Amino acid sequence: MIAIQTVGLTKKYGKITAVDNLNISVNKGELFALLGLNGAGKTTTIKMLSCLTRPTGGDAILLGDSIISKPLSIKQKTNISPQETAIAPNLTIRENLELIAGIYGQDKKTAHQNSICMANRFELDNLMTKKVKALSGGLQRRLSIAMALISEPQILFLDEPTLGLDVLARRELWSTIKSLKGKVTIILTTHYMEEVEELSDRIGIMSSGKLLATGTVSELMEQTNTNKFEDAFVILAKGVR
Amino acid sequence: MRAYIFSKRNGKEILRDPINLFFGLGFPLILMFLFSIINTAIPPEANNTMFETKRIAPGIAMFGTVFLALFSGTLLAKDRTSSFLMRLFSSPMRSFDFIMGYTLPMILFAVVQSSITLIAASFIGLPLTINTFLAVFVLVPISILFVGVGLLCGSIMNDKAVGGICGALLTNIAGWFSGTWIPIDLIGGGFRTVSHFLPFFHAAETARLAIEGKYVDILPHLSIVLAYSLIVYGIAIFVFRYKMSSDRA
Repeated sequence: MIAIQTVGLTKKYGKITAVDNLNISVNKGELFALLGLNGAGKTTTIKMLSCLTRPTGGDAILLGDSIISKPLSIKQKTNISPQETAIAPNLTIRENLELIAGIYGQDKKTAHQNSICMANRFELDNLMTKKVKALSGGLQRRLSIAMALISEPQILFLDEPTLGLDVLARRELWSTIKSLKGKVTIILTTHYMEEVEELSDRIGIMSSGKLLATGTVSELMEQTNTNKFEDAFVILAKGVR
Repeated sequence: MRAYIFSKRNGKEILRDPINLFFGLGFPLILMFLFSIINTAIPPEANNTMFETKRIAPGIAMFGTVFLALFSGTLLAKDRTSSFLMRLFSSPMRSFDFIMGYTLPMILFAVVQSSITLIAASFIGLPLTINTFLAVFVLVPISILFVGVGLLCGSIMNDKAVGGICGALLTNIAGWFSGTWIPIDLIGGGFRTVSHFLPFFHAAETARLAIEGKYVDILPHLSIVLAYSLIVYGIAIFVFRYKMSSDRA
């Protein structure tokens, strides 16, 4: 079953085309990685799909709703973990989780129960009353994803979730993301090739706002006749430069 | 409900920052007690009422609310630049929830802050009557103006720039042109004209007249403050909503 379908999705800023006639479909429960060099249009695509910015052309259907005509309905069913950690620094872990749960319409009791559940799942339960500005970068990232999941989204957008993390924190976050596969449809953007190989079911490679190729890691390597995924990416991304 | 949840979060963010507490609650009190020390040092034969508590306290209560611009502006700017606002923009929250969420805790803070300032002033000579609470009430419009300035700056600037504009520039303008620090008539001339044109002097006057029980005289001053507040807050809402709905959020 298809969770996300974009049809000619386009975004222009004046004369600059950030996303150009994007056509992708993502299946329910799939982890789809959007790859590209800086300025390829990945974040703009995520912003359009999460109803943060309106497309200038085309449309996207998420779980049966159009991002143009039913953004509020989509917002209730999706959530995002932005590039920056995007947390309330002077609030505790519990308060951050309950804040997002409340905003998505959960009553106080449900929000409280879900915050405990989410903290356990992300191994943050021992730090529930700690102000989040005192947490390490890795823990803040984990909280950021927990905040995105507490609303029980059917689609999750992860915009460079491991940016700036050390190797151990990144590995821990990978295992968290892996545990979501099959349950939540995930759109992931990243610059780390090993992350893509480790996590993604399928990949879309973008350059200058255009989608150049889609497929699994092995399909893209086969397509470019390479043995390393990084080489495949470089060949594909360079294609239109 | 979402506005209430968000306003609770914003209130906590403000109150848990010790610098905010110092500037919001501590600084006006320090200022008032400094003026009271100066006042006691002036010999009675000088017949100088410049630093009398009943003249100084309403101005300081008004001046204390200027920090709301700094608090609301910094909070909004940090929420914007840290992508926290992006997270919330992708939620089902509407612009009303955001605007109320940022405004309500500030107004509550202003009421508590000016109450504390005036109650503290009662220990050094200000009569504590029902008029004292009327003074707190008439300071609400100027608080809305300062929250408006904060939201406006926070929507378009980063937190450092907000600190410069709302923390340094606005506090000085409000302090000097309200007559809190030096009576406006003492300087006179162009300074007096500008003071009467801006809302700060009128806001301090509403509080002073309320404390003195001169209810009829409050209205002309209050109407000027209300006009400024409506315009500035209206512009702030327009800019915030524009930023929220545009691609520049």
